[in-house]
Amino acid sequence: MKIFVCIKQVPDTETRIKLKPDNSDIDSNGVKWIVNPYDEFAIEEAVKIKEPNQGATVTVVSVGPKARLTNSLRTAMAMGCDDGILIDEANSLDSLTMAKAIAKAIKAEGEFSAVFTGVLSIDDNESAIGPMLAELLEIPHVGVVSKLESAGDEWTAEREVEGGTKEVFTMKLPGLITATKGLNKPRFASLPNIMKAKKKPIKEMTLSDLGLSSDDVKIQLNQYQMPADKEPVKMLTGDSAAQVSELVKLLREEAKVL
Amino acid sequence: MENILVVAELQNGSLKKGTKELLSSLVGKGKTISAALAGEGADSIKEELQKYGVTQLFNQASLTQYNPTSFTQFFAEAIKQSGANLVLASSNAMTKDVLARVAARLDAGFINDCTELSFDGGIHLRRPMYSAKCSAGVNLKLEGTSIVLMRANQLPVLEGTESSTCEIKALDAGTENETLKVKDIIKGESEKLDLTEADRIVSGGRGLKEAKNFEMLEELANVINATVGASRAVVDSGWVPHSMQVGQTGKTVAPSLYIAVGISGAIQHLAGMSGSKVIVAINTDENAPIFQKASYGIVGDAFEVVPKLTEQLKASL
Repeated sequence: MKIFVCIKQVPDTETRIKLKPDNSDIDSNGVKWIVNPYDEFAIEEAVKIKEPNQGATVTVVSVGPKARLTNSLRTAMAMGCDDGILIDEANSLDSLTMAKAIAKAIKAEGEFSAVFTGVLSIDDNESAIGPMLAELLEIPHVGVVSKLESAGDEWTAEREVEGGTKEVFTMKLPGLITATKGLNKPRFASLPNIMKAKKKPIKEMTLSDLGLSSDDVKIQLNQYQMPADKEPVKMLTGDSAAQVSELVKLLREEAKVL
Repeated sequence: MENILVVAELQNGSLKKGTKELLSSLVGKGKTISAALAGEGADSIKEELQKYGVTQLFNQASLTQYNPTSFTQFFAEAIKQSGANLVLASSNAMTKDVLARVAARLDAGFINDCTELSFDGGIHLRRPMYSAKCSAGVNLKLEGTSIVLMRANQLPVLEGTESSTCEIKALDAGTENETLKVKDIIKGESEKLDLTEADRIVSGGRGLKEAKNFEMLEELANVINATVGASRAVVDSGWVPHSMQVGQTGKTVAPSLYIAVGISGAIQHLAGMSGSKVIVAINTDENAPIFQKASYGIVGDAFEVVPKLTEQLKASL
């Protein structure tokens, strides 16, 4: 059984974002990079499925600049992935170009049983890579999965939609799952596993090795802006009755949202 | 970007607000507009669509339950037949999932979560980035097709004043196969709008002290027709389900009014709600970070303030 997990490296939520002087992108100097939190659910699920299966393997795949991305692949390996594929690319890519790169890298590895991704990455909130990848690999997918029964070659996946409603699908392998919170509790890597991860193999390639180029993108982001300065908060004073009266008045007359 | 297809969605037999927002952005712009509806209800929205100048509605009435396989086939076919070079949809669980897949099938550009859209001299698009710590302009390639998903509640709804004739074109492109089947639908308890679509949200955190005190928020929410959300801390404590979580690893919301009760405002929470237009914070701790993001702040006991607020709004609305 061969499983792939696709991860993305994203700025830590706590990181302060600054822009480049020409506003063409964010200034990545001083940014702390982490594995996208949703991808940790994907890694955990893949590793959980692998562990009781003799001979099963989990390969972690990611696209980004090698200098910083290697670190995140090692994190995934410390959580239990067996090897990695690093697609070295410094430019930002749109979702479709990134999905194409990952799909080509996965296809080149031959047969597989399943692919896991996080439901979205917290940098751009796109939530597109999973469904795109499934389409490019010509396999079914279930997105936003918070519960998975993964015995045998037909899996049952619960997909969370609006209003707390859940759609339950049965999916024949090979298939793709995008993982969300609730699916599992990602493990913390132990020190021995962190040490072991340093020796696990990483296959490196570039976009051009895969017949792609960053010029292929169909969507480009530009003209970055910081948000306008927020008006300072109006603190409402007095006893609770006075505070409430003032609040209702402001919501109605000033903010006009009631 | 002259030929546009809008993904139409229904609520209670008429067009959903998100769909109306998209159609409103096209009013008076002289575009050729098609729509696509998966599922029943084509006849019930035909008149509304005509007012917005929609000339054809692609429909497959049999697609009553979401399945990525059949929905991908339907929307890909509708887009192809319409010849649209721009596809607009309101971003939600269904559209995000299926249209990303459609984009890969049609080799189309795809961008989700846009918050600004206008057609004055070409198309203008922007979207938040890095949990709204900054925003970016979106450039689409002019050749080929682009698929653009807008966040709900970002655009004004205008009345359509056109009088086009909308032809319903029945398709049967969408079929399921044995690789992916719907086994069951577990209905959520809430009949309310989802957090991501709600225009008003009342959210609770640890300051509510225990799960049953969310009833107090429900009462307030009922009075102002809001949806109830929650912080990660109370979801992790099992007080409320994950579907109610606002913030990182929960939902990103951008309502007109967000009332945060007993929420301190961890950065992961702020990441999911700072796009809200007006934020009210009610908290006992005057140093809680939520006040930095708030428009109006009340330092006080939620158990005193919230019932009074509910009463006063009930009396005056």
